Amino acid sequence: MIGIIDYGMGNLYSVSKALERLGYDYFVSEEEEELSKATGLLLPGVGSFRDAMAILNETGLKAFIDKEVARGKPLLGICLGMQLLFEESNENGFAEGFSFLPGKVKKFPGQDSSGTSYKVPHMGWNKLDIKKPESFLMNEVGDEHVYFVHSYYVDTEDRDVLIASADYAEEVPAVVGKGNVFGTQFHPEKSSHAGLTILRNYAQYVERNDA
Amino acid sequence: MLTKRIIPCLDVKEGRVVKGIQFVGLRDAGDPVELARVYDKEGADELVFLDISASHEGRETMVDVVRQVAAELAIPFTVGGGINKLEDMKRVLRAGADKVSMNTAAVLRPELIREGADYFGTQCMVVAIDAKWEEETGSWRVYTHGGRTATEWDAVEWALKAQEMGAGEILLTSMDADGSKDGFDISLTKAIGNAVTIPVIASGGAGSSDDFLDVFNDASADAALAASIFHYKETSLTHVKEYLKQNGVAIR
Repeated sequence: MIGIIDYGMGNLYSVSKALERLGYDYFVSEEEEELSKATGLLLPGVGSFRDAMAILNETGLKAFIDKEVARGKPLLGICLGMQLLFEESNENGFAEGFSFLPGKVKKFPGQDSSGTSYKVPHMGWNKLDIKKPESFLMNEVGDEHVYFVHSYYVDTEDRDVLIASADYAEEVPAVVGKGNVFGTQFHPEKSSHAGLTILRNYAQYVERNDA
Repeated sequence: MLTKRIIPCLDVKEGRVVKGIQFVGLRDAGDPVELARVYDKEGADELVFLDISASHEGRETMVDVVRQVAAELAIPFTVGGGINKLEDMKRVLRAGADKVSMNTAAVLRPELIREGADYFGTQCMVVAIDAKWEEETGSWRVYTHGGRTATEWDAVEWALKAQEMGAGEILLTSMDADGSKDGFDISLTKAIGNAVTIPVIASGGAGSSDDFLDVFNDASADAALAASIFHYKETSLTHVKEYLKQNGVAIR
């Protein structure tokens, strides 16, 4: 069963309902004891990187998640929740993340290499460029559009963690993963067919892992 | 590449869609959730619900509508109307809306945008601007209270101020074009789009697929919003999107 981590940052309702529609069991909790019973975790997140890490540190959830991931429990971060999986960010001041995946979170410069400016936030439907079609997360997902809304993106040199990206002046990591840690920069629960399929793929992976 | 968004807008009063929407085969044409489902199927990229309820009960009903839409649909949506304080934002965003749209309340107290942006992030904050061309000054003036009250604000200045206060998007309605079916207001949309660095949704005046093509090609709008053209089946979302695709616009 998927445990959705409630640390006060994010829209838990929509993602919960999406899992429900897909027919997977879940629960929402902020309690370590309860969350430890989950066979897979989901880390949502809307807001700033620094605030989110501060809350996770204060509540002890950071240490808990570290421990669970080390034990091999699957973790999926969504939106800000994905960014937190990386090393650091300078959003509203420097903050360290979980460092499960290599890379830094940076603000979109708003200007491409030729000096042409573009809109920030990166808001709307953008096409997935699938780098690792063999990943279970990409099962039955094509070059479809998903819904992004973010002003910061992950800059990583490790091509190995990139499952799919989107092109927005920069190569924007859209689906990432390594070992038992995964993330989507977009909101799968708001991304129509492709988003729901990815969510389903994660839920199935969690179930298989449990068996 | 980011695609251009087509956004149907639904006016909801006391939990019911107003303006008789003409869909064949709907069990209940006044049910916002059922209409949202139809538009989702037709390829709507986002939805906007404008709550025009006057009563407290109506507003509470809207929260139920938001919860149902969030529970059933996997596309983003914005709720506007009656967002006057942080508590109002919390209510609809926690019910599953992705963004809130403010209009009069933001003009009266621009700090409201900042408060919302600090709490939920700029990406949740849409500032809706109703603007009207003014011959004497050769510029667009901002109106509030549903277009009834002229303000001191020039539309470009206000859009910049809204962005500075933390708006993540501008929903721009041309009062001159609204209801005309003669096309979006290209010069207004262009003027605002050139001034701000956040996305701009053009609204008011959509009468045909060509109007959408023009506002994307000539005014670089990031999204276009329309109500009656879709509600009254003058054209369908599917048709507009197909037409735009054929004409080289990036469309989902």
